[in-house]
Amino acid sequence: APVDWEDVDVTPVKGPDGNFRLPPKIFDSMDRTKVGLKGPLATPIGKGHQSLNLALRKAFNLYANVRPCKSIEGYKTPYNDVDLVTIRENTEGEYSGIEHVIVDGVVQSIKKITEEASMRVAEYAFAYARDNNRDTVTAVHKANIMKMTDGLFLKCCRHVAEQNKDIKFKEMYLDTVCLNMVQDPTQFDVLVMPNLYGDILSDLCAGLIGGLGVTPSGNIGQDGAIFESVHGTAPDIAGEDKANPTALLLSAVMMLRYMGLSPYAQRIEMACFDVIREGRVLTGDLGGSSKCSEFTEEICRKVRESE
Amino acid sequence: MHTSRVAASSSIIQHKKYSTEPHFSKYGGRTTVTALSGDGVGPELLSYVQEIFRYAGVPVDFEELEINGSTTDEETLCSALLSVQRNGIALKGNIESKFDEPGFKSMNVELRTQLELFASIVWCKSIPGVYTRHQGLDIILIRENTEGEYSNLEYQIVPGCIENLKIITEAKSTKIAKYAFEFAKTHGRKKVTAIHKANIMKLGDGLFLESCRKVASQYPDIEFNDMIVDNASMQMVSKPQQFDVLVMPNLYGNILSNITAGLVGGYGVVSGMNIGDDYAVFEMGTRSSGRSLKGKNIANPTGMLLASCDMLDYIGCNKHAELIRDSVMKVMSVDKVQTPDLGGQATTLEVIQAIIEDIKPKTTSWSTTAAQNVSIDAFLFNFKVTIVNSTLESCMRRPIEMAKRWQTFKE
Repeated sequence: APVDWEDVDVTPVKGPDGNFRLPPKIFDSMDRTKVGLKGPLATPIGKGHQSLNLALRKAFNLYANVRPCKSIEGYKTPYNDVDLVTIRENTEGEYSGIEHVIVDGVVQSIKKITEEASMRVAEYAFAYARDNNRDTVTAVHKANIMKMTDGLFLKCCRHVAEQNKDIKFKEMYLDTVCLNMVQDPTQFDVLVMPNLYGDILSDLCAGLIGGLGVTPSGNIGQDGAIFESVHGTAPDIAGEDKANPTALLLSAVMMLRYMGLSPYAQRIEMACFDVIREGRVLTGDLGGSSKCSEFTEEICRKVRESE
Repeated sequence: MHTSRVAASSSIIQHKKYSTEPHFSKYGGRTTVTALSGDGVGPELLSYVQEIFRYAGVPVDFEELEINGSTTDEETLCSALLSVQRNGIALKGNIESKFDEPGFKSMNVELRTQLELFASIVWCKSIPGVYTRHQGLDIILIRENTEGEYSNLEYQIVPGCIENLKIITEAKSTKIAKYAFEFAKTHGRKKVTAIHKANIMKLGDGLFLESCRKVASQYPDIEFNDMIVDNASMQMVSKPQQFDVLVMPNLYGNILSNITAGLVGGYGVVSGMNIGDDYAVFEMGTRSSGRSLKGKNIANPTGMLLASCDMLDYIGCNKHAELIRDSVMKVMSVDKVQTPDLGGQATTLEVIQAIIEDIKPKTTSWSTTAAQNVSIDAFLFNFKVTIVNSTLESCMRRPIEMAKRWQTFKE
């Protein structure tokens, strides 16, 4: 594929005020290329550090997180026919990071919803549905409990739905979606939702198809996009050639499609699925015993064959 | 066949200063229970419960209150609250939320917060005869029921920007954690898992997690671990057998309860209870109103019936509870008379009739007052011995002892 790579190390550096932040090099690089591919990045749990993944999203205004979840033939899970996409608002909501201790023992966390962000993500959801031949967009919310915040989100979704009458629009409570998702995931197509619900639902859907090791993800912004694998950093197997590259590979496929290089994307994706379906050369977590490099080599071989 | 009782006094560490018994309205040997109709299939399911209670000779009278999405005035809410406070217990259908209307306030949330029903317990257990993708599940979900994201504190900063406050307090987090551990201890459970998102909401969920950890240190026999909510959701659909007792704040509890309910069979088979220091309200575990099922005669009545059995255990009518529960489970698991949500073809009425037919022979010589005094031998003599396999029996153990003992455990 006609892609040049510019490597950037995003290990956080300590700024003059003592807080960890992203190195400035990444901003320059992204400004030029507009597209990035990212591996997993760990945030220490505890007080003080802002999540580094969050910082990246805020810095580049990546307002929509897209996670297509499709059952992979050859990787058995109790759910066979999942084919849905979760689109999650990526910048605000419960993840605004604003918290206060009111008095000792009472903490308040603020969830912020703005019309601007909600409209943006709703418009993206409908555009995505149209571009990918999806016929229904479902807004997931809890406006019965959070009437004003989720109510605003829902209002924006309804407004955008009015302007996109060719795509069916449904709205459903979060708990109903969860209940129905585990019983019959085929009833869902594209789901659009605020940040927290999106986080949980997208991970839920990833669990349906086999986990984070095989799930691609893209963060789309106004001026650029970063595609990433969302699994953990797995420090225990780092450097041992055991890791499963499927998630990152499929994210790269998403990236190629975003850049308009669909034919290449198609070939790589088919090769990857073929290798998994054949089941001869698989990494440990997929049930095989091959090394990461062997798995990758097999996929490369298939791509060359398909030319 | 009856549940083993742990003597209440043996595990109470501290006694509450005032009256130690949960109170119910009991006149002439009959208990009065508030029935809150709710929306959707609530009213019809509640009427089926009453019918089955009649056949089973249950000494319960219902004080029926119509409260639903259209009756959102203060007066109706006040009457409902007063009624539950007077009777001490309620059986409830879910009240729909017409959130588009101005001035909307969720009645369900109001009831829970005003009655201080701090714990919501949903016990999800795999049921023989009900097809599901995962087997062997036995998960208890304990959810903080009054604060967190459901605090109903929202305001507009500027037009187009709205904020919602999620409140976490040490007091309530500690209380629910204590409840969860006591619950686990009472029912011989080995592990409690706290669910949170403290990597993002460091102070709020961090406080919840800290409170859970502090309580866990007082129960060294019970394993404690924690999991981030998105990981927990993923694990729940891939390896749910790893979970035992879960304790969580309000919203995550809502999500995980619904996921787990879906795994064991859906809205129709799970019952839930809301427990407070002074009151208890029983309802369907998924809190669905079933709007789309109303009047179609296809709703699954099992969840509501199991909730009513939980309620009977709570007020001490254990024999009646067992009687009805036996029949409900037999009809669903053994006779396989199942509604469409479980993959069957039966209508709601057919299920109810099957249950009634199963109850009738067991109550041929049943009289209300005699029932209270009958001895175990006479009990067995008067009823057809129902052969129930051990899996079904273990399905019937319900967390009622905990609810009652909690009343006396309060500090």
